[in-house]
Amino acid sequence: MLYIPGNNPAMLQHGGIYGADSLLLDLEDAVALNQKDAARILVRNMLQTIDFYNSEVCVRINHLDTPFGREDLEEIVPLQPDAIRYPKTESVEDLKKLLAIIEDIENKHNLPHDKMTIHAMIETAMGVQNVFDIASFSNRVDALTIGGQDLMADMNIKNTKEGTGIDLARKMIVMAAKANGIDAIDTVFVDVNDEEGLKKETEYAKNIGFSGKAVINPRQIDIIHEVFTPTNEEVRKAYRIVKEFKRNKEAGIGVFAIEGKMIDAPVVARAEYVLELAGIDYKNI
Amino acid sequence: MKNVIGRNIPEYINGIGKVEPFLGAWEKLKKGWMDEITVPPPNKAKLPHQCKSCMDLRMAIEKTNPHDGMTVSFHHHLRSGDNILVMTIDILAQMGIKNITLASSSLNNSHDSILKYLKDGTITKIWTSGLRGELGKAVSEGVLDVPVTIHSHGGRVRAIHTGKIQIDLAVIAASAADEEGNATGAHGKSAFGSMGYARIDSRYAKQVIIVTDNMVEYPCTPTSIQQHYVDYVVKVDSIGDASKIASGTTRITKSPMDLRIAKLAADVIENSGMFTEGFSFQVGAGGASLAVAKFIREKMKKNGVKGSFLLGGVTSYGVDMLNEGLFRAIFDVQSFDAAVSSSILKNRNNIEISSGYYANPYNCGCMTNKLDIVVLGALEIDIDFNVNVITGADGIIRGASGGHSDTASGANLTVVVCPSFRGRIPIIKKRVHTIVTPGETVDVLVTERGICVNPKKPELEESLIKAGLKIKKIEDLQKEVEGITGVEKPIEFTDKIVGIVEYRDGTIIDVIKQVKNAN
Amino acid sequence: MQIVKKAQAGSFESSDIMVLVEPSEKSGRYIEINSSVDIQFGEQIKHAINRKLDELQVVDIHLIAKDKGALNLTICARVETAVKRAAGVQKGFIS
Repeated sequence: MLYIPGNNPAMLQHGGIYGADSLLLDLEDAVALNQKDAARILVRNMLQTIDFYNSEVCVRINHLDTPFGREDLEEIVPLQPDAIRYPKTESVEDLKKLLAIIEDIENKHNLPHDKMTIHAMIETAMGVQNVFDIASFSNRVDALTIGGQDLMADMNIKNTKEGTGIDLARKMIVMAAKANGIDAIDTVFVDVNDEEGLKKETEYAKNIGFSGKAVINPRQIDIIHEVFTPTNEEVRKAYRIVKEFKRNKEAGIGVFAIEGKMIDAPVVARAEYVLELAGIDYKNI
Repeated sequence: MKNVIGRNIPEYINGIGKVEPFLGAWEKLKKGWMDEITVPPPNKAKLPHQCKSCMDLRMAIEKTNPHDGMTVSFHHHLRSGDNILVMTIDILAQMGIKNITLASSSLNNSHDSILKYLKDGTITKIWTSGLRGELGKAVSEGVLDVPVTIHSHGGRVRAIHTGKIQIDLAVIAASAADEEGNATGAHGKSAFGSMGYARIDSRYAKQVIIVTDNMVEYPCTPTSIQQHYVDYVVKVDSIGDASKIASGTTRITKSPMDLRIAKLAADVIENSGMFTEGFSFQVGAGGASLAVAKFIREKMKKNGVKGSFLLGGVTSYGVDMLNEGLFRAIFDVQSFDAAVSSSILKNRNNIEISSGYYANPYNCGCMTNKLDIVVLGALEIDIDFNVNVITGADGIIRGASGGHSDTASGANLTVVVCPSFRGRIPIIKKRVHTIVTPGETVDVLVTERGICVNPKKPELEESLIKAGLKIKKIEDLQKEVEGITGVEKPIEFTDKIVGIVEYRDGTIIDVIKQVKNAN
Repeated sequence: MQIVKKAQAGSFESSDIMVLVEPSEKSGRYIEINSSVDIQFGEQIKHAINRKLDELQVVDIHLIAKDKGALNLTICARVETAVKRAAGVQKGFIS
């Protein structure tokens, strides 16, 4: 998930070329306060004109408590990007207010209420406390993301490479996402030149259950893909598990073993997920 | 008349003579020999222990019988740090010499100050691989009556052999030399590495002057230029600006766009079927094309593939790969940074080669013929895969032919890397302004918005698709880009020809016209 | 839309355009364009600006544009932003 500053035409027009799974056109923190209107109009025109190829497109709007949020929605919602990312989501009340305005605009333009989704950004202690309610409030919320920088500021703690201070928040957000069957996306890694550090943090994020990670520079995309893409070995193993499972199922056997290890439904589900990440159609094995 | 790729070429050009149109990249070579007669190099004699040293450059030039209509040659290994070309032409102009043919292996921004001599008739003809800055602009606006001839690095050697370029005086800058004229670029305060382009000049020029700012005790080694071809030796304070000649090491670009293109190009190479044990490889020194080397290096390590040799203009990046054992040798016709100069000096597998060995089509096999993979840049490319590396978006000459067409014709896999548009100007066009490298020698185009395979390589396209790479038809990509940028208004030209682009075999592949309403 | 004050939008970065607008002393549109791609796209840039001004119903304006190869969509965005700022009708905006 690649962040692109909303007032930068050179970066916006090339957003789709880097192979990011998802693009985040940012009207919030990446735009100076006195350029909010310029970015809003520019991003609107970009959405209308530019082909972002296979990348999903999200727009991060400003919070509705600012003078900009409402106007952002008025310009962006009619274009129905894949998702709206809402910063500093702290409670169900925040979402209620947001959804009411979005649906109002959609009604005005005869647009459906089930196409564009919402990414709730958790970046305050209050947001972390309420994250389970936020995750389950609406079907339109299909991803949770953690905003590491803001959360650390809110907690008044220093940024460390280990991210110790926001570790609990990371895990709670993942848990809330998993409990509701939606995605959890990890925060950005700010040191663009530290490829090793990025790799380590991404591996950690993957291990605790995040399904993706945000990047601030296109150069970081390949490293993240590398971590999240299963290795050939993993894919081979998963393929074997799914194949054996199907063979056994036809014979009426639910639990079996491969090389002495028990294979049951959860193991198969995990194997299917690995194949899906690798772009293999596991249903037709 | 139209040549084989549809460019209008006159049969005769004033000041140039009869013109042979381009026939196809390998047509003339199929015969196995060159029809033109090779002119003999001069035979000179010196007496034992005769002194070659001269007080200064002017004195040396005076001894070489300078005359109106003479041809003077230089090499461009000092890149934009060169002082010697301007110094020499200044002296010739002061002597009142007119109608000079300038035959430098290339010209760049450091030569802008000779523009006045193009205007006053001191220089009336130019042979060069490249032309930039004020000179490129002035030539494009028609400052000379006779068109400039743009040649490739290999083609220049052929042109000297056939006597199309007959050098009266070669002034050869060296970063170290001895009193007999043994000279090198490998060491000294102005070190610039290989002297590959200058060797042919030393062999064929009627008079040869070595100019150095670093006289060393006899003998000077390595003997990149050998004493038995040298008439005079001059010591000057400085042959050039060391910071612009070759400094430090070359860094890989940080531009996300260039890196993205390079990554795609490396994926193409990996899945081309050519990325196998013992492959040979060349990359350009700039932007995306050098960055391809970074990704290929990673892939070689990951897959345990080792290559045979690296060729060409060499950067420190190539030297690193040699030192890591990823390649067995580097053949070095031109060096781009200081690390390469010292590698030439210390590493016997970093081999300095002449431009004839590098790329002359008329010998028993130049190194480019042995290339497996080359990665090249482009100013423009068209839907027939023809590449322009000489004229800019405004039609003005601002580039160099260099080894582009030489390596493209030789390599098994020629990959062109460039953005699909730059600052709103499409790089992929229906038709390039000027063809330097014919499309039949280009196999794949890699841009940030798609990979296009030349339709004459269907098996390559198939294996790339199998590997999961997305291939677009070049016509579709061209239309897509036009959709983003809008349709540009064509540049307007007059009928006056200001430059001819010679293909490596001596035929004319394209002509460059004078720009209209130049500003 | 009535241009009531000076305003600007955009930047001098590559692929962007800086648009300055102000009330015109005489009636009509006075448009000055300076572009790095003037030879190839000068006419299209002028056309894009005029169409946007038509759309925004701007009759009298003095507009100066310094272009560094912006795409049409960017040109239109910057003109719209500058004009709305200059007309004092911009919403969700602090200066």
